[in-house]
Amino acid sequence: MNLNKERMSARTVSHLKKGEKGIIKSFSDRAMSLKLLEMGCLPGCEVRLDAIAPFGDPICINVGGHYSLSLRLNEAAVIELE
Amino acid sequence: MKQGNIKVALVGNPNAGKSTLFNALTGLRQKTGNFPGVTVEKKSGTFRIAGVNGHDEAHVTLVDLPGTYSIYPKSKDETVVMDILANPKHPDFPDVVVIVADASNLQRNLLLFTEISDLGIPSVLALNMLDVAGSMNLTVNAVQLAMQLHVPVVRINARTGEGIKGLKEAVKQTVERTEKPVLQYFYEPKGNEIGLINEVKAIHHLDNDYVALQYVCQHDNFSFLEQPVRARLDALIEKYGFDENNFLANETVARYEKIKPIVSKAVKSEGVIEQPYWTRKLDSILLHRVWGYVTFAIVLLIVFQAIFAWASYPMDMIDVGTAGAIEWVKGALPPGVLNDLLTDGIMAGIGGIIIFIPQIAILFALVAVLEESGYMARVMVIMDKLMRRFGLNGRSVVPLISGVACAVPAIMTTRSISSRYERLLTILVTPLMSCSARLPIYTILIALVVPETKVLGLFNMQGIVLFGLYLLGLLGALGSAWLLSLFIPRKEPSYFMLEMPSYKLPRWGHVGFSMYESVKSFVLEAGKVIMAISIILWVLASYGPGESMNVAEQQVVATMTTAPQEQIDAAVASARLESSYAGQFGRFIEPVIKPLGYDWKIGIALLASFAAREVFVGTMATIYSISGDTEDVLTVKQRLTQEKNPETGTAMFSSAVCYSLLMFYVFAMMCMSTIAVVYRETHGWKWPLIQLAYMMALAYGSAFAVYQLLS
Repeated sequence: MNLNKERMSARTVSHLKKGEKGIIKSFSDRAMSLKLLEMGCLPGCEVRLDAIAPFGDPICINVGGHYSLSLRLNEAAVIELE
Repeated sequence: MKQGNIKVALVGNPNAGKSTLFNALTGLRQKTGNFPGVTVEKKSGTFRIAGVNGHDEAHVTLVDLPGTYSIYPKSKDETVVMDILANPKHPDFPDVVVIVADASNLQRNLLLFTEISDLGIPSVLALNMLDVAGSMNLTVNAVQLAMQLHVPVVRINARTGEGIKGLKEAVKQTVERTEKPVLQYFYEPKGNEIGLINEVKAIHHLDNDYVALQYVCQHDNFSFLEQPVRARLDALIEKYGFDENNFLANETVARYEKIKPIVSKAVKSEGVIEQPYWTRKLDSILLHRVWGYVTFAIVLLIVFQAIFAWASYPMDMIDVGTAGAIEWVKGALPPGVLNDLLTDGIMAGIGGIIIFIPQIAILFALVAVLEESGYMARVMVIMDKLMRRFGLNGRSVVPLISGVACAVPAIMTTRSISSRYERLLTILVTPLMSCSARLPIYTILIALVVPETKVLGLFNMQGIVLFGLYLLGLLGALGSAWLLSLFIPRKEPSYFMLEMPSYKLPRWGHVGFSMYESVKSFVLEAGKVIMAISIILWVLASYGPGESMNVAEQQVVATMTTAPQEQIDAAVASARLESSYAGQFGRFIEPVIKPLGYDWKIGIALLASFAAREVFVGTMATIYSISGDTEDVLTVKQRLTQEKNPETGTAMFSSAVCYSLLMFYVFAMMCMSTIAVVYRETHGWKWPLIQLAYMMALAYGSAFAVYQLLS
């Protein structure tokens, strides 16, 4: 993920604690952002961290109250929050 | 649409209820590819609609396309969707596309709908899971939706079959509509896209903007385009400076901009209640760092218990049944060569096939239950990090577990792994998982050398050794994946990103059908091989070049004049076999297998079982001249126990030889069908040959080490 050099400090989904919510602002990886968009992760959409797999990775988030999505921490780090 | 034949394609997001709708529409009138599995190559079925275009009845062929979030493929099996939909000459090109949408998550599901609609193929939208939407306090207005999307929208419940009649009626009306409606694109091309589209349309005689755009973006996946055509498209992309990645993201965002107002008009929410509360509750247990693994271990234990313990009852019944049938036929027909071929060759071969049916059926039923319930997705989550260490993906768990039944369908399930690298690694190591064909070999060899004692008063020693062999296979698979990952360069990033379906009760009809399909293809596909090998082997073991067998017999009779008749008979049979074609094959390879502790007789069985492992026990039975029931472990066992090593005079099947054989069969690639499926899935001989060489080296090396250590 070379794209997010200057955005290292941005809060992302990977920083969420269990049960914590956030609103999607943008994505820092273009190839991954297309996948996420197609799966319904849109800017402005609320996400909540629901579960963490053993060893802390992957995690499960709820997307907009619609469905549950599991992703790896490095994938979650692409989703920047407001 | 000649003679009232209609072709319909079914598309939709994963977990939108697409396969449930497919089953509801077609019932048992469906066909799948050669082998069943969790993902299937191409599933098609038929149903009828009354009174279309003046015909009494229209015959509808329904093709179930892989579930996708968009028409841009993310894994190999998804490429088939556009390969069909962009090619009107494709035999499966549909007259109507039925798009299944999950009403509880309409915005995301409509993305795929707008893409398909822009392709200009007549569509019907099937709104499924309205009950789930209702439980979330969402009301979906289908009429409002139909007006805004300009297509028929049908409310259905795929699980109960509600609305299926209405869906058929909507398909009928869409087919009967004579005038082509003016297409209103959901996505309007901008900037340099317009010039590019017009040029592609002119070259390829297309009348649809969005199809032209797909030629631009997806031509490498289109099997109907030749290489020069693809190169010309690449040149056009260059000429217009078209940035595909940028376009894809912009297009998707633009589509959502169109979809949002449509959804907010059609869907009323009165204080959204979250989706199933107990799915979250269950997740907190099944994904827990301790309970998650405990549950998974229990599930695996149940699967193994089912395959080995529960399946033994029907297997014993089949065993007794075939033995009885062979005996009856042997007695009923006049003795002679034909009788022998029919009973010892063909019937014994068939018995060897059908004895596996209970295990295969139970295993596939259980895998279907795990898939259907939504649990398999959780297993992928808890295993992902571990799998990654070995260069694999959480998704590799499904092929590895299915590999315990049979590597062939298991390798086909790897198509859902989006990374080509991880898919290749999974394909290469899946055959190391101990499949059901190894089980009879394990069973008989363990019975020979492992005592039936209890350990800690609870576990059976034989069971522990058996479990150890399966564990060895798993460790072999993971270790090999790690080793191979050091040599095969990874060219692309690895993804996980997986939608977690909510937990559901399995649909038993679906489970039963999956079971039926797996048994059917096993009996037909594997059956053909086993049958052919049994017959060939019988011929090779019964005949020799020229008079060699009779010469050998006379020599034995001449030297053993004083021995009792029984001993002479046994020696004659042995000498005849040794000089038969099969015996000469065995003699030929004996020098190679001698360091593993095997003689020429085992060599014959090894050679024969190269086509399919399940042949081994049957071959041993034939070679050690046991008449009648080849699957009867006791008789084969007794015969093997009595077998003496001609050089030392001690038991031939010593523990060193048996453990050496066990090692060999844990690792060896003894299956033509697997080689064939790997060839097909990797498009060439390179990987199947590497896999064959690698597994054989592993098998030979470990068998050699074990024999030398123990003898």
